[in-house]
This record gives sequence, structure tokens and C-alpha cells, in this order.
Amino acid sequence: MSAAQHTAHAGHDHHDDHHGDVGPHSSLREYAIGFVLSVILTAIPFWLVMAKVIADRNTAVLVLGGFAVVQILVHMVYFLHMNGKIEGGWTLLSTIFTVVFVAIAIAGTLWVMFHMNANMMPEHPTSAPAAHEAPGHTTP
Amino acid sequence: MSELRIQAGAAGALAPRAYHLAHEPHPENGTALGFWLYLMSDCLIFAALFATYGVLGRSYAAGPTGAQLFDLTLVAINTAFLLLSSITFGFAMLRKQRGDVKGTLLWLAVTGFFGLCFLGLELYEFAHLIHQGATPQRSAFLSAFFTLVGTHGLHVTFGLIWLVVLMVQIGKHGLIHENKRRLMCLSMFWHFLDVVWIGVFTFVYLMGVL
Repeated sequence: MSAAQHTAHAGHDHHDDHHGDVGPHSSLREYAIGFVLSVILTAIPFWLVMAKVIADRNTAVLVLGGFAVVQILVHMVYFLHMNGKIEGGWTLLSTIFTVVFVAIAIAGTLWVMFHMNANMMPEHPTSAPAAHEAPGHTTP
Repeated sequence: MSELRIQAGAAGALAPRAYHLAHEPHPENGTALGFWLYLMSDCLIFAALFATYGVLGRSYAAGPTGAQLFDLTLVAINTAFLLLSSITFGFAMLRKQRGDVKGTLLWLAVTGFFGLCFLGLELYEFAHLIHQGATPQRSAFLSAFFTLVGTHGLHVTFGLIWLVVLMVQIGKHGLIHENKRRLMCLSMFWHFLDVVWIGVFTFVYLMGVL
């Protein structure tokens, strides 16, 4: 906090109360825009999946992920009133840190664990050597 | 509480120095940042659970798959409940800004109702799955599914308890400064749960039935 800001605060006896309200100021317009956008961004992915619009699985995953990211941004801006100014930018900074951390954790986990089952015993052995079979064990 | 002014001794010779602040230099509304940091740490819990689900989500152990189990109509209704509860909480916050105690309580009650509907439907879904034999013990996929969705449901449950307690507080003391601060925190918590639910319905339910 800068010195100028501090003197401004010190001028009040109870600077917590001086604007009579806590937290970011919200408006009906903001909530309405956020709500309409979220309804649209929720309805489209559900429709895409329920009506089986996209045949290719990978394309569908990408499109659904895109909708989710956009909707999360909408919620952040219109419902959680996120911007670069509140709390001197620390809220945004901690969010960016979390997003980076979450991205590394999830993408890293999926990347590392992708071949987890590669060296495991196959569920349906196609060419299992019969010589190694234990007595009483039948191949399916 | 914030009187840090130096106590003059018996001699009274010491004047307040420039470096002795008359008020604690806490930033405007530091609670919001502190609570936000808590939510971000909660976000990391969900990240770990999402990552676990991402790894185990296809390990069906020859059991039922997501496509066989999930009822998307039910999930869509549940999503609608949570989204509606988000906007009604917004209305409560707008009433709070006007200092309207009755309006705030009314919209909080509506929010609680939608939250309860969400929770009821989710518990119905869980009961239905378990009845079908799709218990958390059935496969790694179901373990990860119940842990992720259950943790979110648990958050909603505690949010509801908080909501009821706060309604009692507001009813008793009105919209005092402390209650406004609590309302702000709960609103952040509630909207945050909605954000997590976006991830759940997209990555678990929608991608699960593809």
C-alpha cells in the first residue's frame, strides 16, 4: 500500500465502515449478464452431448473443455467480480498462481500416468504362453 | 483495537513518532483476500481430485461405465438448480447493498432451497447408483467419481449450514458490518462451488458419456 493511500485511510476513525458496505459493489445488470451467459454456455454443451452432435470424441472433448473454460471465466468476472484492481491486484495474482498450479498438476498427472496400464497384465491375453499356466487356471 | 499510538510515560516527554501508526495498516477489506486464498487452496484439493479422476476415470474393472450409469437429464436439472442458486444469491447481495434485511433473508432462503434441491437430487443419484451395484468399491472409476462429486456435495452441505447460521445471525442482529462481511465470504464460497461444478459436469458427466 502506498503512503498516499495510507494517509487517506488514516483520516477516518473506522475506515472499515466509511463506505457502509463490504466487498465489491455489484449490480443487477452484472448478475443478469452473467446468468444469461452461463445458461447459454451450459445449455450448448449439454445439447452437444445429448443430441450426439459431434461424432469425433477428441473434437467433442476439446469443444466441451472450451465451453467450460469460457463459462468459468464468465463466473469469475460476473459473479465473483474478479478484476485486476481489487485488493491491489493480489486476488488476481493468487488466482493466476492457482490456475498455473492446477494446470501443471492436472496436465502433469495425466501426462505421467497416461501409460500407467501399459506394462500391466492384459485383461484379455491374446497370445498367452500355455507353458506358464498355473494348474487349475483356464484361459478365457 | 488498532490503537498502536505509543503510550507516553510519566514524564510525558515522548511524542508519537512518525513510524508509530495510529491505525493498523491493513488493506481495505483484507478479509476478501484472505478468504479468496482459502478458496484457492480449496481449488488445489479439487485439482488433485480431478487429476485422480482423469487417471482412473476409465478403469472400469469390467464394471459399469459412465455412459451406462449417468443420467444427463438429472445432471442438467442439478446444474440448473446450482446456477439458479447462484443468481438468487446475487439478488440477496443486491438487497444487502440496499440494507434491506427482509429482502436479503428472502433471497437467501430461496438460495438455500435451490441448494437443498441440488443436494437432494445428488443424494438420489448416489442412492440410485449404489442400488444398481455401482458402489465406490466397484471400480477405480467409481471410487474416483464418488470422491470427486462427493467432496463437492460435502462443500455444498457445509455451505448450506453456513447459510442457515448466517440467516439466523442476520435475523437477530440485522445487516451489521460483521454480517455483511460474512455474507461477502459466503457469496464467494457459493459462487466458487458453482465454478467447481462447471468442471464436474463437463469433465465427469458430459465427457463420461461421450
